[in-house]
Amino acid sequence: MSSIQSFGRYLPDRILTNADLARLLDCDPAWIFESSGIEERRIAAEDETIAAMAERASRHCLERAGSDAAQIGLVILSSATSAQRFPGPASQLAQRLGLAGIPALDLPVASAGSLFGLALASQLAPVYGTVLVAAAEKMSGPALSEPLDRNVAILFGDGAGACLVTHSPGTLGIVDAVLHSDGTYADDLRLPLSGPIRMDGRTVILQASRRMPAAISEILARHSVEAASVHSFLLHQANNNLTARVAKTLGVSADRFFLNIRYCGNTSSASLLIAASEWHEKAVIEVGDYVCFAAFGAGFHWGALLARK
Amino acid sequence: MTEEMQTKLAAIVSRVAGKTVNPDPEESLFDAGYLDSFALVDMVSEIEREFHVKIPDADLTPRRFDSLARIGDYLTARIK
Repeated sequence: MSSIQSFGRYLPDRILTNADLARLLDCDPAWIFESSGIEERRIAAEDETIAAMAERASRHCLERAGSDAAQIGLVILSSATSAQRFPGPASQLAQRLGLAGIPALDLPVASAGSLFGLALASQLAPVYGTVLVAAAEKMSGPALSEPLDRNVAILFGDGAGACLVTHSPGTLGIVDAVLHSDGTYADDLRLPLSGPIRMDGRTVILQASRRMPAAISEILARHSVEAASVHSFLLHQANNNLTARVAKTLGVSADRFFLNIRYCGNTSSASLLIAASEWHEKAVIEVGDYVCFAAFGAGFHWGALLARK
Repeated sequence: MTEEMQTKLAAIVSRVAGKTVNPDPEESLFDAGYLDSFALVDMVSEIEREFHVKIPDADLTPRRFDSLARIGDYLTARIK
């Protein structure tokens, strides 16, 4: 069984508060919080690249694992906001870590990217050894592009997360994963080559509120695990109101769902690993405890992954 | 749409909107301010419970639930 060895994260220093955004969008800061559960988000420097942010998170992850980059046999980098069509930032991340020559794979999957990366890594670790899964996003640029859409602009922030997946026993064993995609909704959440993010929020929320708990139920049923017995749920940090509805659908107390969107915003694919990194530093988990990861995003792509201490 | 169905739907919209409303059947529930994205999710769940139907994911488009008349047409076709 593949396992997760450690997590890492990087958040830029600059903070954009709801008060800052409210001035820009001519709206009430309280409305931003009520609509999203977000109070502030981080904004990367203009010259800060996806590869540079991913490197910071990856080095934090390696430090937490107490190991160096030389053990890594494959790099997977999820980002939907890199600066050019090709090459993607994965090979630059590998080069920055001193890993020039090893395979490096880009996953431009947006919000579900790190979940897909984790699931792929769990399958590829037996072949490549330790797999670095990183996710980095500069969502603030497209979110704050003209013409401004206040329903989009309030949500997004910048950041990076990372995770090491190995084929040997680690912190969390990866039990199984379910992944789904449906291109029917490809136009309902997208980032064109230029201009702002286009989002039909009603369709996204309606579909996410059904498909994410369904994926969680699917993976739990496959392993005869009751939702109520899962120690922690780690979701893509999209919106507090969405997470609350997922908890309600599953019949699980909302306090089982780790949340950091209040001070990070929605960092698309990076959010799951940023949240996992923070959760892992705070959580007290016992041997045998289950942890469930889940994400939903543009594509639509969604799924869930079950892990166990 | 029967009068009974319209009454039940208006009651559901009132519950998810958190206030008593009596929408015109053709009126957009979104444009009127009765529904937002999350209230829509709650309304669909209440409709399933009230009318004992399971609405497939593929049928979950906001346009289908935009007005009492549209919801009524959909439910009438499903329940038939």
